[in-house]
Amino acid sequence: MPEQDTCTRLVELLTAEQESLGAAWVEAVSRTLRGRISLAELDRELRELYAALVEGLRGGGLDWRGDAFGEVRALLAELSRTRARQGFTPTETATSVLAGKDVLAPSEDTSAGDVRAYLHLSKLIDALGLFTLEVYAKTREEIISAQAEQLMELSTPVVKLWEGVVAVPLVGTLDSARTQVVMEKLLQALVDTGSDQAIIDITGVPAVDTEVAQHLLKTVVAARLMGAECIISGIRPQIAQTIVALGIQFGDIVTKSSLADALKHALRRGDAAVVRPGGRA
Amino acid sequence: MSGLAPVPDAEHESVPIGSNDDVVRARQLVRALAQQCKLSLVDQTKLVTAASELARNTLVYGGGGVMRVGLVHRDGRVGVTAVFEDSGPGIPDVDQALTDGWTSGGGLGLGLSGARRLVDDFTLQTEVGGGTQVAITKWAR
Repeated sequence: MPEQDTCTRLVELLTAEQESLGAAWVEAVSRTLRGRISLAELDRELRELYAALVEGLRGGGLDWRGDAFGEVRALLAELSRTRARQGFTPTETATSVLAGKDVLAPSEDTSAGDVRAYLHLSKLIDALGLFTLEVYAKTREEIISAQAEQLMELSTPVVKLWEGVVAVPLVGTLDSARTQVVMEKLLQALVDTGSDQAIIDITGVPAVDTEVAQHLLKTVVAARLMGAECIISGIRPQIAQTIVALGIQFGDIVTKSSLADALKHALRRGDAAVVRPGGRA
Repeated sequence: MSGLAPVPDAEHESVPIGSNDDVVRARQLVRALAQQCKLSLVDQTKLVTAASELARNTLVYGGGGVMRVGLVHRDGRVGVTAVFEDSGPGIPDVDQALTDGWTSGGGLGLGLSGARRLVDDFTLQTEVGGGTQVAITKWAR
């Protein structure tokens, strides 16, 4: 059967029972999604898709990349993105499309011609299913990279703890890019708040290796050049032992085990400078 | 240096090391295994830090390579072994490379020598032009 005839036959089959076939499709998909999407919404999504698919077949043969299927691809991309954002699995997403094959599945009394037509439709729907997965994967990648960026921003807040004291609580892995962001933010915060004491808290850093240590040392030196003193706090016992074994020297940089100790130290050091001329008791 | 190169059990995992993200992944894998064989928190941190140093060396000086990591059993003890392999330029003078403070790059010069102090077994095989293989093991106490 030439392609044109196949399409015509498929359009006939699909439009003849559009109402019941569409309902069967919705029914099949809603079972896999177990009520996490409202039936009305699913019904609207799939019927739009169904109609677009029929239009595509009517207009442009079986090539899903063709212009006639533009509407189908747009609807699938939309469906796929929504599913990815709502946290549906790839299988659940692809099933929404692939379940369409079941509704037209040939039975025993289907004519040979119709079975061939069905095979073509089946191929087409497989291709559309793959397209859906591709969009799904792409959307997930976009979400991940957006989250990575947000994390980068989130993980480096500089907070003002006291008049003249700022702190950076570091969480997670310190690499060159992160350190650069931390250093810039810290130095800017020193200027903006007029502080001369900075506390770098590494409680949330899982491991301090030589690279991390080197980054910390550079940040401290840069802060010193601006006239600020740095305290490194949040050195846990296992980190302290590791630093000793590695042979890293923190020199005359003040280190404390807790942020509270560091703040106390910073206040004492800051006070000393403030109190002397004032002559407080 | 231990003369016996540790042989990981059949079940070991390979991680390619080609970017900074891979260093993080390698570190996480080592940490998971260290927790699995119940190393103390201090030993976990030491092993993870050593793995971090060596993974970064593999990346920066070896031009990338692979880490194989797994549990090892010997004399009724269990430990974690990680082997870092690259096919980079190799190390011309091993004694010098293991000296504190000596670096051919821009680091602190403590990575290799420090890593040796952080673990129980440390073997280094290198050939100029033929790459470098470093194996480390930390035993549960």
